[in-house]
Amino acid sequence: MAKQLLEVHQLKKYFDVKGGILNRKVGEIKAVDDISFTVKEGEILGIVGESGCGKSTMGKAILRLLEPTSGVIKFQGKDISQVSDEEMRILRRDMQIIFQDPYASLNPRHTVEKIIGEPLLVHGMDYVDQRRERIKELLEIVGLSAYHISRYPHQFSGGQRQRIGIARALANHPKLVICDEPVSALDVSVQSQILNLLEELRDEFQLTYIFIAHDLSVMKHISDRVGVMYLGTIVELAHKDQLYEQPKHPYTEALLSAVPVPDPDVEQETIVLKGDLPSPADPPRGCTFHTRCPKAMSICQEVRPDFKEKEEGHFVACHLHN
Amino acid sequence: MSDVILQMKELSTHFFTDDGEIPAVDRVSFTVHKGEVVGVVGESGCGKSVTSLSIMQLVPSPPGKIVHGNIYFKGKDLLKYSEKQMRTVRGKDIAMIFQEPMTSLNPLFTIGNQMVEAIWMHERKKKRQQARREAVEMLELVGLPRAADLFNAYPHQLSGGMRQRVMIAMAMSSQPDLLIADEPTTALDVTIQAQVLQIMEKLHIEKNTSILLITHDLGVVAQLCDRVVVMYAGQVVEQGTIREILKDPQHPYTRGLIRSFPKLTENEQKLYSIPGTVPKITAGIVGCRFAPRCEFAFERCLQADPPLFTLEGRRLSRCFLHDVERGEDGDGQATVRSSSVKKIL
Repeated sequence: MAKQLLEVHQLKKYFDVKGGILNRKVGEIKAVDDISFTVKEGEILGIVGESGCGKSTMGKAILRLLEPTSGVIKFQGKDISQVSDEEMRILRRDMQIIFQDPYASLNPRHTVEKIIGEPLLVHGMDYVDQRRERIKELLEIVGLSAYHISRYPHQFSGGQRQRIGIARALANHPKLVICDEPVSALDVSVQSQILNLLEELRDEFQLTYIFIAHDLSVMKHISDRVGVMYLGTIVELAHKDQLYEQPKHPYTEALLSAVPVPDPDVEQETIVLKGDLPSPADPPRGCTFHTRCPKAMSICQEVRPDFKEKEEGHFVACHLHN
Repeated sequence: MSDVILQMKELSTHFFTDDGEIPAVDRVSFTVHKGEVVGVVGESGCGKSVTSLSIMQLVPSPPGKIVHGNIYFKGKDLLKYSEKQMRTVRGKDIAMIFQEPMTSLNPLFTIGNQMVEAIWMHERKKKRQQARREAVEMLELVGLPRAADLFNAYPHQLSGGMRQRVMIAMAMSSQPDLLIADEPTTALDVTIQAQVLQIMEKLHIEKNTSILLITHDLGVVAQLCDRVVVMYAGQVVEQGTIREILKDPQHPYTRGLIRSFPKLTENEQKLYSIPGTVPKITAGIVGCRFAPRCEFAFERCLQADPPLFTLEGRRLSRCFLHDVERGEDGDGQATVRSSSVKKIL
């Protein structure tokens, strides 16, 4: 059995809401509220959810780009939630992130050489020639050419920029890469190129991904296991076949039924949820989903369901399955 | 035919920039019939939004200019209309909703204020009470809860999905003959997208409004549309019914696009991807615009512009593979595929 690369226990990230003339804390937004999961070496764990559910915050909290409020994060068996910033910087060599917006995540004033060279320099590759060699190698790996090294981000298309972002993340041979919506800003034909590239890189360099996205079809294609997030918590987590064929949580069911299928012969029975996502500053009591759930019971308004393993490897937080 | 609502004939919209003339929309023709939902599909930069803006004559000018073609709306050429005449068409006969519900509403006025303004715009004599009542009715029709309260709310108090529904309510309040929806659900989450699509379908059925739906999502097209127009680099490359396009695409680009979509219902090992990227469109481009990325491309594709070939029924496809008459052995399609001439630029 593959080793656990990352373990997350009861991770929480609350943002303070300040207000009033004294700018005191008047409340908090529970962006990530008690999340636990593990990631095995070499697997792709997908995290899917709608905007505002806290999936990006979770990704950043794992890398401690945002300081978690509480919880334990173990990377290769070592608790990294309390280590010093300096130690964390060294650890981040093994943990990298690819961002959603290829237009905003690259400095427009830097050349590709500087952008990809930065992480190499930070982690101690001091010689320019050595760096340049590695950058050229990286560019080839992600499907660009060595002569792109002296260009600026604006000279590239969206897909090519995302490739630069990927090259930067791979520069120091990371073990874990968090992909935060890496393809959602891209067109379909380019999206498939990047998805294929990410898969090839995984196989070639034995990478582990946490793949954050809102697109369920993309998720199904790339992930091994998928977690569904709603309002700061994971409501269901299972192997993708189980999750897509036998979803247990009503939210997962609704989400899956809402994806339009590009096939005129498929008669879709869309479960249309009522209303909008409640505010994470004032989440509903009990199960956070009960306000929109078509199967809500009286207990759902009172007690928050536990996130439990109902079948082997199939975790769900719902009173229907208790 | 009398039931034709919109007919575009060889519409060309060019942009005149410092880098030269850019044919963003190049001889685009299609029709929308009464009560029909037509989808325009393509990737960013293919000219689908400029096409819709051209219909409304909202293309920023300069640099944009409609240089050629006709747009017939219920038999009358919109391009011959004066700006004043056009203003009576916009909103009243043809309404439009945009992708960004955040930026389409004025943040300084209440929802009700903006809706009543839209109603008054076209029927100035309406009494305040009457306009208000109509606005609230429209808000209820698009499924917004507490419509009377929302009337006094400001846009920032609403979520993205609610704002898009307000936009739809506003667009539908003048009972237009044609609704142009430019990526109406792209900025929304799937569950909210499902709500909005359901409302658009309901309005289409109840009011028999024709809809021109511009999107890049083939799933959305499959749910709503009767016919599809596929655009690539400013041109129409394929046209047909929804079933024809999705089940049996003829143009290599359409085929590639459909295969690039990860499917929810299938388990594919590796995704198909079209090599390369969309070319920069410039004036005087010769040959098929898809040729550099096409796996079937041969000599002729690089030398001449393929016309739209009419296939069985009313299908159209812009590809020399369909030119049966000028194949090497008289059977162009079969010959080309078997010889599989590949040309990579």
